[in-house]
Amino acid sequence: MLDYGRILAAIAVMAVVTYLPRMLPLVLFKRRITNPFVQSFLYYVPYAVLAAMTFPEVLYSTASLVSALAGLAAALLLAYRGKGLLPVALTACGVVFVCERLLALLL
Amino acid sequence: MNQSFWKGAKDGLPICLGYVSVSFVFGMMCVESGLPAWVAALISMTNLTSAGQFAGLSLILTGAPLMEIGVTTFVINLRYMLMSLSLSQKVDSRMPTLTRAILSFGNTDEVFAVCMQQKGPVTTPYLSGLVICVYIGWALGTILGATVTSLLPEMVRSAMGIAIYGMFIAIIIPPARKICPVLYTVLLAMAISGLFYYVPALSQVSRGWVIILCAVGVSALMAWRFPVKQERREEDANDA
Repeated sequence: MLDYGRILAAIAVMAVVTYLPRMLPLVLFKRRITNPFVQSFLYYVPYAVLAAMTFPEVLYSTASLVSALAGLAAALLLAYRGKGLLPVALTACGVVFVCERLLALLL
Repeated sequence: MNQSFWKGAKDGLPICLGYVSVSFVFGMMCVESGLPAWVAALISMTNLTSAGQFAGLSLILTGAPLMEIGVTTFVINLRYMLMSLSLSQKVDSRMPTLTRAILSFGNTDEVFAVCMQQKGPVTTPYLSGLVICVYIGWALGTILGATVTSLLPEMVRSAMGIAIYGMFIAIIIPPARKICPVLYTVLLAMAISGLFYYVPALSQVSRGWVIILCAVGVSALMAWRFPVKQERREEDANDA
């Protein structure tokens, strides 16, 4: 028998500790920060965060390493040519799909 | 006004797609471990985060005390403080407090990523469209995963798993190609992230901490070595 009281309390706690870090800085820092170091720091944050989240997780985001590598290569190529978010994401998905079907045929 | 809303919703589509595949798995896991579908939906609709939810779910199932659940998910979510701070400099400075408080609920990794590569300030209608679109994807995926497991075949889900990373790549590659310090930032962050993933002693560190470490360490180093002039920031934003 599940203890729903405990589960609901846990969900509430999780919701609060997820929401607060997202909400506080956005609500508190309304003015432009003028300190050049902080400005530069914040300029680099998105790139550092996204790069750290992409690698190496992208390699394990599909059913096999091979299809992930194929999808990654396609994404890199299109992104390098300056294609938008949706085309890059969709092409990566398409390449993974085709690659996995091919692998299924071959193996 | 309306146009910005739909632009936001459109930019949210690749996120929505990626979310469906991830939250689908979350919904499935919840039901497979004995929780009812409405609990899965409730978690997704009140949390809207991936790593935190998966960690929280496994802690709930093992019967961990509330304190432990809270601290663990908080540590995983600390990175949002950095993103929220970055975003506070990017949103329309006239955005009212209440709007900020509401929309910040949808400030996920991916929403943040899309906002930061916008030209100029992020407006309320744009951010609303974006957040609503991804929220629907996250909630819908969870509900589908928890109820109709057979609707999305494994082969489609596997292919959709790469969507979010494809999007991240589309965001970081074009500026990394043009601006050297951004390229260094990307390469260094990947190197550190990989190190913490593959080196056995370091892989004990939770991914939440690794992302914070990469973000703070690499950005601080770059800000010190390659300070960005305000004018250049604007220029980059305009031709990005």
